[in-house]
Amino acid sequence: MSGATAIGTVGAVVQVGAVAVGAPLLAGMMRQVRARLEGRRGAGVLQPWRDLRKLVGKERIRPEGTTVVFAAAPAVLAGTVLAIAAIVPVVTANSPLDSVGDLFAVVGLLLLGTVALALAGLDTGTAFGGMGASRAITIAALVEPTVLLAIFALSVPAHSSNLGAIVTTAAVHPGSVATPAAALAFAALCIVVIAETGRLPIDNPTTHLELTMIHEASTLEYAGPQLALVEWASMMRLTVLLALLANLFLPLGIATVDSGVAGLVGGVVVVIVKVTVLAIVLAGAEVFMAKLRLFRVPELLAGSFVLGLLAVTISYFLTTPAT
Amino acid sequence: MSAVASANRSRASPGHRSVTAPTVAAVLAVVSLASCGFVLIVPVRARAAVSGISTALVGALAVCLGATTLASGFGPVRLGWLLPLSGTVFGGDATSALFTIVTGAVAIAAGWFSIGYSRNACLPAAALAALPLFVSSMALVPFAASVSTFLLLWESMALASLVLVLAEHHERSTREAGVIYAVMTELGFAAILLGLVIFAASAHSETFAAMSSAQLPGAARGVIFVVTVVGFGSKAGLVPLHPWLPHAHPAAPSPVSALMSAAMVNLGIYGLVRVDIQLLGPGPAWWGLLLLIVGAVTAVYAVLQASVATDLKRLLAYSTSENMGLITLALGAAMLLGASGSRAVALVAMTAALLHLINHAAFKTLAFLAAGSVVSATGVRDLDELGGLAGAMPVTSTMFGVAALGATGLPLGAGFVSEWLLLQSLIHTPPAGGTTLALAMPLAVGAVALTAGLAVATMVKAFGIGFLARPRSAAASTAREVSPTMVVAMLLPAVACAVLAVAPIVAAPLLRDAVGEFAKLNAPAGASAMPSLGLLLRLPGIIGSMSPALLAISFVVAVLLATGVSYSKQAGRRRPRTAQLWASGSGRLTPRMQYTATSFAEPLQRVFDDILRPDIDIDVTHHAESRYLVEKVRYQASIGDAVEAHVYVPLLRGLTRWANVVRRAHAGSVHAYLGYGAAGLLVALVVAR
Repeated sequence: MSGATAIGTVGAVVQVGAVAVGAPLLAGMMRQVRARLEGRRGAGVLQPWRDLRKLVGKERIRPEGTTVVFAAAPAVLAGTVLAIAAIVPVVTANSPLDSVGDLFAVVGLLLLGTVALALAGLDTGTAFGGMGASRAITIAALVEPTVLLAIFALSVPAHSSNLGAIVTTAAVHPGSVATPAAALAFAALCIVVIAETGRLPIDNPTTHLELTMIHEASTLEYAGPQLALVEWASMMRLTVLLALLANLFLPLGIATVDSGVAGLVGGVVVVIVKVTVLAIVLAGAEVFMAKLRLFRVPELLAGSFVLGLLAVTISYFLTTPAT
Repeated sequence: MSAVASANRSRASPGHRSVTAPTVAAVLAVVSLASCGFVLIVPVRARAAVSGISTALVGALAVCLGATTLASGFGPVRLGWLLPLSGTVFGGDATSALFTIVTGAVAIAAGWFSIGYSRNACLPAAALAALPLFVSSMALVPFAASVSTFLLLWESMALASLVLVLAEHHERSTREAGVIYAVMTELGFAAILLGLVIFAASAHSETFAAMSSAQLPGAARGVIFVVTVVGFGSKAGLVPLHPWLPHAHPAAPSPVSALMSAAMVNLGIYGLVRVDIQLLGPGPAWWGLLLLIVGAVTAVYAVLQASVATDLKRLLAYSTSENMGLITLALGAAMLLGASGSRAVALVAMTAALLHLINHAAFKTLAFLAAGSVVSATGVRDLDELGGLAGAMPVTSTMFGVAALGATGLPLGAGFVSEWLLLQSLIHTPPAGGTTLALAMPLAVGAVALTAGLAVATMVKAFGIGFLARPRSAAASTAREVSPTMVVAMLLPAVACAVLAVAPIVAAPLLRDAVGEFAKLNAPAGASAMPSLGLLLRLPGIIGSMSPALLAISFVVAVLLATGVSYSKQAGRRRPRTAQLWASGSGRLTPRMQYTATSFAEPLQRVFDDILRPDIDIDVTHHAESRYLVEKVRYQASIGDAVEAHVYVPLLRGLTRWANVVRRAHAGSVHAYLGYGAAGLLVALVVAR
């Protein structure tokens, strides 16, 4: 058992490292895919890494009149994502932190990061900061019901909301994720991931027009190492959520309790493939999409809420106990 | 009844009987009455201090009362001389102890805080004298063991709180709030009176012990249930009986708001637990469903109102209503699950309800005391005029931040563990529970989730707009940190919030027996496993665990790691350089350019337009020369309480109309009045024949 715990611990460290190093590469790849589809050459997959390295070396700036909330927010945001990366099954379903936090805790940590950034936006006392904070929080508040219902739907076959249990159940009984309930939950979670990571059609990550900004407006005053942290954190957030989405519905190849070092290496390779495929699909889809008007977003989220509700209700009537 | 059981236990363990719970209760009553008189005779300058210290003392005695009850029980004690005809009966169990300890702990902080606050606010002597009485009657309500004792204490609590709400009666809005509060609280009292009188009459006894074992016909139980839920619901601020909260809380002095919001509304929940669940229950499934629906509607409606409120204390009052809704929802879920046979999960829901009550008391006390500090320092409650307090009032701002984090239900906050327990109990509904459960539970999860999301928006607004950024008025820009007594008083609930957030095990001794009393109702024989609140939260009948402490540690490590990464190339550099904010190239930013509380909540107001029904008035004045040039735009928006405007106002209008009709009978003629009297007597005789 202690051998499994040791492997699990190594797995947790490996997946945090993989997310931390891989996230900028993933972002670079998505930009590259987008550039190629739009007929541009693109800056290359390594460009986000070069940007981050440059920003970390720059001088620190404190905008006039900001408090410790503004200064601490990037570290809090990055901290929440790193903690999530250690808990959720990315490479291994056997993280020692699995029993420490379940899906509700993960969602809570995500929201905590959003709150930190929103408070930083308000702390600057500029109109853009307030605008970004207000919009980000409104969307986060409306996403919450969908997220929790999707968790509910996923936890029904495993009888648990702990991620390790959900993923292991899905790995052992692949039939339990090939149900109408799981399909609806998948659709709902996709919308959630898009909203939580600020992608099209909810937010435009590459916008330069202040009036349409959500995420970018909150971070407008950041510079240097703090900006690097914010950027890095949002890339990691996207990576972790894509990996989670992939593993919840297709846990194939993930390291479990019985797998050794080879299982871990395999887990890393498989998750890279899965996340890359998802990211290419996402980036490709974004090329053909325009941003929604802010006040149309609640309609989309209400739709995803209904999907989640249907998923849970169906799972009640159609589920056969998996264990 | 369980009071009998605890009396047996105390007899079984004789030990050293130095201090017993009834003695502490008697001391508490005497101390509060004595300090009430003492406040009135000491010099005016010392009144605030005497009142505050004695309130804190009564609070400490209430905690002692709860602790001694937990340790050695509180068997029924009869005091015949206290009330003519019926006499009074006192007695309590672990549930009583839980509520009284929470009340006492809130009173210690609020009493201590009021020393500094009342001196600044120059509260009248009557209010200062009523403060210890208010606390003692709240502390003793859970120890009433008969209907008349309960009603006596309940009414003295209501009267004392009314005096306190009217403390600043020189303001018109306070007087109006006082009238609304008085009417709502007395109507609630009438409902409780009616319900308990029917109950006592059907049970042929008015002591709780006899009432719990009485066999009542189903219809009578249903009527008693509905009537008492209305009465206790009005005290707990459940929709649609909530409108007194957003009026009374802003009007009352802040320590009183803290007491009302963190201790008094709890007693509405106590009434539901004691009368509707323990004495009447276990009931049919629709009882649980009713509480579940009322709780969900209350939580969502109140948090929506809170998210668009701009008055800091009104916002906190709605947040209280929201949390009471969540607790009621958990109680309803516990009843539903208990009725459907999944007892282990029902216990999780009950634990969630009671733990959330404790957590809410901690963070709401802190929030109201911090709001009181803001009012004391600036004289302003309107968030649109606050801002920039973090620099001038760092301690108060930190305190409000801790309270707000608790109210959001996010990890590291005081409300997280109880909301997690609630969600766990809701998602572990047995598939065999039937169609009602299969539909009710997902909708309940949705309601809890929407509530949690909107609570985040509300608290980000309250903290971000009220305390961060730059001051929006002169009052806010000249604010200074409050006196050390007030700061110390805020530290107590802040520590409680922090401890409850990472180590909910501290609440376990309070919860264990109270939840056990609920467990006995459903399964009198077998003892069910209790949820374990240790380092890892483990729940009976549920696979899954969570550890708030380890989660906090991993989060802190991750934050340190992230900070290390960002500082990796900063070696040798000193402080960060201060730079101007980006003003879109238009020179300097002014505080008027910031987002306000109203603008922050505007998207939510638009999304939930149909529920909030805001009253918006846009007035565009065009230039004299051309219609295409706008001279000025006047925008006026006000968001009242939709329930108040669409239920209460028409109701009052109808009542007034009816009263005008009745008034025609008052012609002023003595002969007519004598005729009415004779007719009334005849009717009474015929009916009572």
